[in-house]
Amino acid sequence: MQFILRRLAFYLVAAWVAITANFFIPRALPGNVVEAIMAKNPDLEPSAQKALEALLGVGNQGSLWHQYVHYLNQVFTFNFGPDPINYPATVNQMLSQEVPWTLALVGISTIIAFVIGTGLGILAGWRAGGRLDKSLPAWMFVQGIPYFFLALVFIEVLAVKFQVFPIGQGFNAEYYSPGWNWGFISNAIDHSILPALTIVLTSTAGWMLQMRNVMVTTIGEDYVVAAQGKGLTNRRVIFTYAARNAMLPQLQGFGLALGYVVAGALVMELVFSYPGIGLQLLNAVGNDDYPMMQAIFLLITFAVLVANLLVDIVLVLVDPRVRAREVAR
Amino acid sequence: MSPVLDIRDLSVAYRTPSGDVRAVSHVNLSLSPGEVVGLCGESGSGKSTLAYGATRLLRPPAVITSGEVLYSGKRTGSPVDLLQMSHHALRQTRWADIAIVFQSAMNALNPVLRVRDQILDAIKAHEKMPKADAHEKAASLLDLVGIPRDRLRSYPHELSGGMRQRVMIAMALAADPEVVIMDEPTTALDVVVQRDILAQIVELKERLGFSVLFITHDMSLLLELADRIAVMYAGQLMELGSSAALKDSPAHPYTQGLLQSFPSLRGARRDLAGIPGSPPDLRDLPKGCPFVPRCGHAVDACAEVDMSLIPVPGARAAHVTACPIVLPGAAQPAPASAPAEGALS
Amino acid sequence: MTMLSTAPATELPGARAGARPGALSGLAATWRRLPATAKAGAFLLLFFILAAIIGPEVAPYAPGLQTPLANEAPSGAHLLGTTATGQDVLSQLLTGIRLTLELAFWVGVIATALAVLFGVTAAFLGGIWDELLSLLTNVFLVIPALPLLILLLGLMPGKGQLPTILVLSGLGWPWGARVIRAQTLMIRNRDFIAAARETGEHSWRIIVFELIPNEVSLIAASFVNTVLYAIGASVALAFVGLADLTSFSLGTILYWAQSGNALQQSYWWWFVPPGVAVALIGTALVMLNTGIDELGNPRLRDVRNATKIAGRRIWPTDPTPVVGAANGHRGKLASFLHSFSRGSLLEEEPADQAPLKKAGELR
Repeated sequence: MQFILRRLAFYLVAAWVAITANFFIPRALPGNVVEAIMAKNPDLEPSAQKALEALLGVGNQGSLWHQYVHYLNQVFTFNFGPDPINYPATVNQMLSQEVPWTLALVGISTIIAFVIGTGLGILAGWRAGGRLDKSLPAWMFVQGIPYFFLALVFIEVLAVKFQVFPIGQGFNAEYYSPGWNWGFISNAIDHSILPALTIVLTSTAGWMLQMRNVMVTTIGEDYVVAAQGKGLTNRRVIFTYAARNAMLPQLQGFGLALGYVVAGALVMELVFSYPGIGLQLLNAVGNDDYPMMQAIFLLITFAVLVANLLVDIVLVLVDPRVRAREVAR
Repeated sequence: MSPVLDIRDLSVAYRTPSGDVRAVSHVNLSLSPGEVVGLCGESGSGKSTLAYGATRLLRPPAVITSGEVLYSGKRTGSPVDLLQMSHHALRQTRWADIAIVFQSAMNALNPVLRVRDQILDAIKAHEKMPKADAHEKAASLLDLVGIPRDRLRSYPHELSGGMRQRVMIAMALAADPEVVIMDEPTTALDVVVQRDILAQIVELKERLGFSVLFITHDMSLLLELADRIAVMYAGQLMELGSSAALKDSPAHPYTQGLLQSFPSLRGARRDLAGIPGSPPDLRDLPKGCPFVPRCGHAVDACAEVDMSLIPVPGARAAHVTACPIVLPGAAQPAPASAPAEGALS
Repeated sequence: MTMLSTAPATELPGARAGARPGALSGLAATWRRLPATAKAGAFLLLFFILAAIIGPEVAPYAPGLQTPLANEAPSGAHLLGTTATGQDVLSQLLTGIRLTLELAFWVGVIATALAVLFGVTAAFLGGIWDELLSLLTNVFLVIPALPLLILLLGLMPGKGQLPTILVLSGLGWPWGARVIRAQTLMIRNRDFIAAARETGEHSWRIIVFELIPNEVSLIAASFVNTVLYAIGASVALAFVGLADLTSFSLGTILYWAQSGNALQQSYWWWFVPPGVAVALIGTALVMLNTGIDELGNPRLRDVRNATKIAGRRIWPTDPTPVVGAANGHRGKLASFLHSFSRGSLLEEEPADQAPLKKAGELR
């Protein structure tokens, strides 16, 4: 329990760093960012302009500290300000539509990839030197392919040429509208298969390579040899003695790698025109939509931090030494 | 009485790109029922490799290049060769017939499983019994080694070093083996705990009647504990005999050197002499006796020695040595350097 | 440390206290020990480095030269076809390889230097400094890099090579710092460091001459990983437009290919070559990394070396195999040549006493 609390404290510090970075970056840059926004969106009302200036620290906003407190206040009330591009909608309104798409796609794909990759990695470690091992360079190649490139290839081959899957978008807007009905949901799933496949394929390679190395190291440990000496079945030796222990560093790696997985998924959304926050972020970049960019950055950061915390909780449940180590401190 | 474990002409090598590393070369060793045989040697002498090779627990790149390991216990009737067994039969033999107490218990216990589960694993792999009986057996095993029963629920890191070693011993007895191989069971422990554990081992052996192959670098332990002692160097046996014989009249120069490396509480004070030099490269063993570079009695004839064990003249029980040059009672060549104190009687 | 499953160590990679073998012979020995995958990766990378160095010099056209032959498929005049504005894809590819590798190299150097600096300092100073530096490192590790990169570059006015290098380096050092700190902590307590301290060597000398030589394989792995990250990140950033779009790095080529609808129009020659180039460079780096991993982790090497003995595959869970006679000793040159041979582990016939049974049973 103490371990979890310490980790929580750490994540709060990290979150604070992210928030503060978010605060300072627009203020540290040269030029008047609000003017740039206003220039691009001439029909923004003065109240919106005021809000933007407050958000981005332009003009006379009071002392830096005063602005900072005000900003923190905004963050904690999840008020990210107006969205200049989609005015009069607020950033919140836009995001609340997009977050579920990304969450579903990235969340589910990552878990599937992790499970498959780890399973293959266990097998590769057990059968080190076998056929699976021989195919490792191929896996390395797959891991090296940028997500978006694979996405492009998939679209070209599977969607355009062979028309097996839809070309992009989250759903077919001509026929369906969002709602909890089977028609919409099945269409949404249909549209998410290619993006999910892209994520699963590329990241599975990474998890597998990592797990294989950890397995090989773990299988060499004395307690695995001792388990063999006890006459236990291969299955028990590999799973309960080797894999159970190898999972611990693998899980830790999962937490760290989450940031990269999410990153890759963002760019991929652009390729598929998938209506998630990744696409929104990249559109915002193109439109100099700073409030949106800031908000999404914070959102993604918070999500990754929360996921890391969850991983830590799982680790505590799974590794008895963690609790002891904390008690001993 | 036929031996319960008979290792014949066993050779183990590690296959590396630059050739084979001969970790064990043509070793013969047997273990009789209820006997304690000590296996003594420096690090790298091949003593652990011998034991793990005999039970085929060594990982690639190790290979067994010659020999047989015959086990004839109550369960099997006629002798079976471990080296010829299928993996399935081997798994049944392991632990139920031959158990191993590993060095460094912290590393040999699964860190994420409770003690109870690890002992149960050992029990269930060899005997079908209802859950309650298995639990009772696990608990009684802990009783045997003097550990409180509530420790069944502990994880390995929650136990002290001495306790962990005792758990290892208890686990080794889980399937009622006839042979227990102990690989440096007390090396990682402090002296006081060492004494405790050794006393425990002796007591258990008396009570349950298994044979022990005790592997250590600490000759002084074996002189007290073992019935017979085998001395290994560079993967080969140098000397083999009863512990009394080795203590009073060690025949091989290496054994003599080992004995001189330990201070004795009683007896006259003398200077401690170690054995100068270091063990040879096992890839490139010289012809003849491997101990030549460090032996104070080496002569040219040593390169022709074929390392077979010959009886020591005048010995009471079976006492063999690999050195035909330096034998009590044989004609002595002039030594190359001053002999160590008290080397030859 | 297990005593069972590793062959007797012949040399410890890079960590011989006090003894520093001649650099060239040490390098040769290290090369010999690398697995085939790493060697292949090294050659592949070498190919790309050569392409980066001489490519743009031998390119048939200037990469930005526009011609009226727009969107042409590969032909004699344009080996990889042309873009929507008639620019030669091959020339752009060669320029792109150079730009991307250059950027990645610099990020690797700077970020690895930072990683060594922070990692060693934290481990050496200990105490409150260690806690603070570790906190800093971990915070940067856990905050997702690409969104932050997007935010930074998105807000910055200039998005060229230099700002990109700085920003990528600034976010790329934590991973290496963590690993190096862990290793330094382990080594710091070893005897030869204490000995150096006792003889009054200055701390910085200890660090540079005693500590760092022992961490070479770790630093090398960190460098390779950072370069890998830099390539991936820079290509992704360029693809979404956060780079100097007038230059021709691999990422910007892809950006223009995407804007030019190369995808929809099936102008595969425009977006496939740069993508494949990125993938191959990445693959080469990962392959190289497996070699470096092995240097630091002998178990991986043992597994590779010895899983096929006497013509049969041996899994770790198999019992020790029983074969015929032992092999003789090979000289240095012989074993070097032998290590390239495919059958280097298919030593001799399986023991001829009994026919081999199926896998899982021996003899």
